Amino acid sequence: MKRKHKESLTSLAILSPSIITLAVFVYGFISRSVQISLLDWNTFSNFIRKAKDYVGLENYVGLLQESRFQTDLWNTLYFTLFFILGCLAIGILLSLILNNKPKGGYFFQNLYLFPMAISFVVTGTVWRWIFAPGRLPDNPRGINLLFEQLGLDALQWGWFTSTFNFMGFNIALVAVIIAAVWQYSGYTMAMWLAGLRGIDQQLIEAARIDGASKWQIFTKILFPIQKPITLSAIIVLAHVSLKAFALIYAMTGSGPNNVTDIPAVYMFEATFRSNRYSTGSAIAIVLLMMVGLLIIPYLVNSFKEE
Amino acid sequence: MDDKMKTREKVIRYAILIAFAVFFLIPMYVLLSTSLKSFSEVSINTMWQLPSSLSFEGFREAFAKLAPNVLNSFYLVIPATLLSAILGSMNGYVLSHWKFKGSDTLFALILFGMFIPYQSVLFPLVQFMQTIGLYGSIPGLILVHVVYGLPITTLMFRNYYKDVPDALTEAAKVDGANIFSIYRHIFFPISIPSFVVVFIWQFTNIWNEFLFAVTLTDTQSQPITVALTNLAGSQVVEWNVQMSGAIITALPTLLVYIIFGRYFIKGMLAGSVKG
Repeated sequence: MKRKHKESLTSLAILSPSIITLAVFVYGFISRSVQISLLDWNTFSNFIRKAKDYVGLENYVGLLQESRFQTDLWNTLYFTLFFILGCLAIGILLSLILNNKPKGGYFFQNLYLFPMAISFVVTGTVWRWIFAPGRLPDNPRGINLLFEQLGLDALQWGWFTSTFNFMGFNIALVAVIIAAVWQYSGYTMAMWLAGLRGIDQQLIEAARIDGASKWQIFTKILFPIQKPITLSAIIVLAHVSLKAFALIYAMTGSGPNNVTDIPAVYMFEATFRSNRYSTGSAIAIVLLMMVGLLIIPYLVNSFKEE
Repeated sequence: MDDKMKTREKVIRYAILIAFAVFFLIPMYVLLSTSLKSFSEVSINTMWQLPSSLSFEGFREAFAKLAPNVLNSFYLVIPATLLSAILGSMNGYVLSHWKFKGSDTLFALILFGMFIPYQSVLFPLVQFMQTIGLYGSIPGLILVHVVYGLPITTLMFRNYYKDVPDALTEAAKVDGANIFSIYRHIFFPISIPSFVVVFIWQFTNIWNEFLFAVTLTDTQSQPITVALTNLAGSQVVEWNVQMSGAIITALPTLLVYIIFGRYFIKGMLAGSVKG
């Protein structure tokens, strides 16, 4: 018994650097952010004199009433939705084709995955070049120029500078979504492919002999088997999209009328550009809660399974 | 199925594969062709064409501006990767083979750090770094990346060690080995593949990271990702310089991907919430 006790202490000692730093860097700092979000540190002078007047949820209420933040929430919703759908559709399609082991499949697989290795900052820089609209109609740039040279002038539009809004969806986001899908659809492909390779081929052979069509095999067999993998992919992608700060920052910034703004960008500007520390912290906590809503049920579920 | 249909299907499949290959390669084409153009050529109507003559003007200028930041990134990434991997390996070892009361809860609490949006710790973190005097320095950024890297490295190693039979540790214990010698003689030697996966994962992530880099450094200590976004700051957008800069930024992680692709994919799949 005594030995067991000693063992536990040694284990704890080995873990202690990680436990202590994470306690401070994760739990301590989150608590501090919550605290700041309840204060009135929205001017530099209040911050400098460390004003201790709690204003309750005022910062949160203020945010929800603010049009910029409302736009951010819509943008997050649509960006996340289309980003996930795009990655799933392309990733699954490619994985199904590659699972048949076509000649050169390995080459294609590696090609589709390489964007995962590069920074959102690089992605943003390149796609900004591609989607920079130029001055329409006389001086198009980027892809608009290509359209003109191909005689497809009808396809020209303002891309990420467009302020057109349809049911809360800022279509300027299309450009950002394309860039993000470009970077992450290989990930869904790899996840699906890893899953597909583990499926018993006899199962599919048997279905085929029974006269099942390709589409039926996909919807009735493959998709249900791959559901947990798909769910994991969705969680990871949703998580990525809530954190797409670097991509937006490098590619478009918040854009005219905040058409490509997201909470992470607003948080950065509020905190580090305009000394609204409490507003910035409130945005950060809203982000944390959004991630929590997404992750906690999923984690509880997967721990139960284990 | 007759041969004709088979051929048709094959054609469709390859058409899709090639169409997506084009989509994935467009940015590469843009990067390469624009970076090798001279400034006079980037701003005219030939932006989609290959350079009429190769010019290394863009690369020369980008490199002159970014060389110190490339070095900063290496000074940051190498120690941060090594430290977070070693600590993660020790943690994973203890949490899989030296469990104690509450160790599973502790593991869950450690993992939580992997899922938070870093915005939620950012401002207190900046203040903390200022207080301890590490703000604006590379060692400060190393500390930050090691700490926030611990959850994922711990998870990866724990999942790897989980499959080592307990009987092995028990037998070694009977022979008088202790927690340290068992790690050194049994676990560390078998975890080389796992170390490779974790190294590559951490190297890529820390190299590519932007949020901490932009908030915790000053002009002296900026890593390459921040310097790249600053290239865009000038009045005239010198696309050839920017694209050259983007290539310089992407090259180290791309090389790692090309050389260690298999391990990179392993890390990616292991990094996705659960192994």
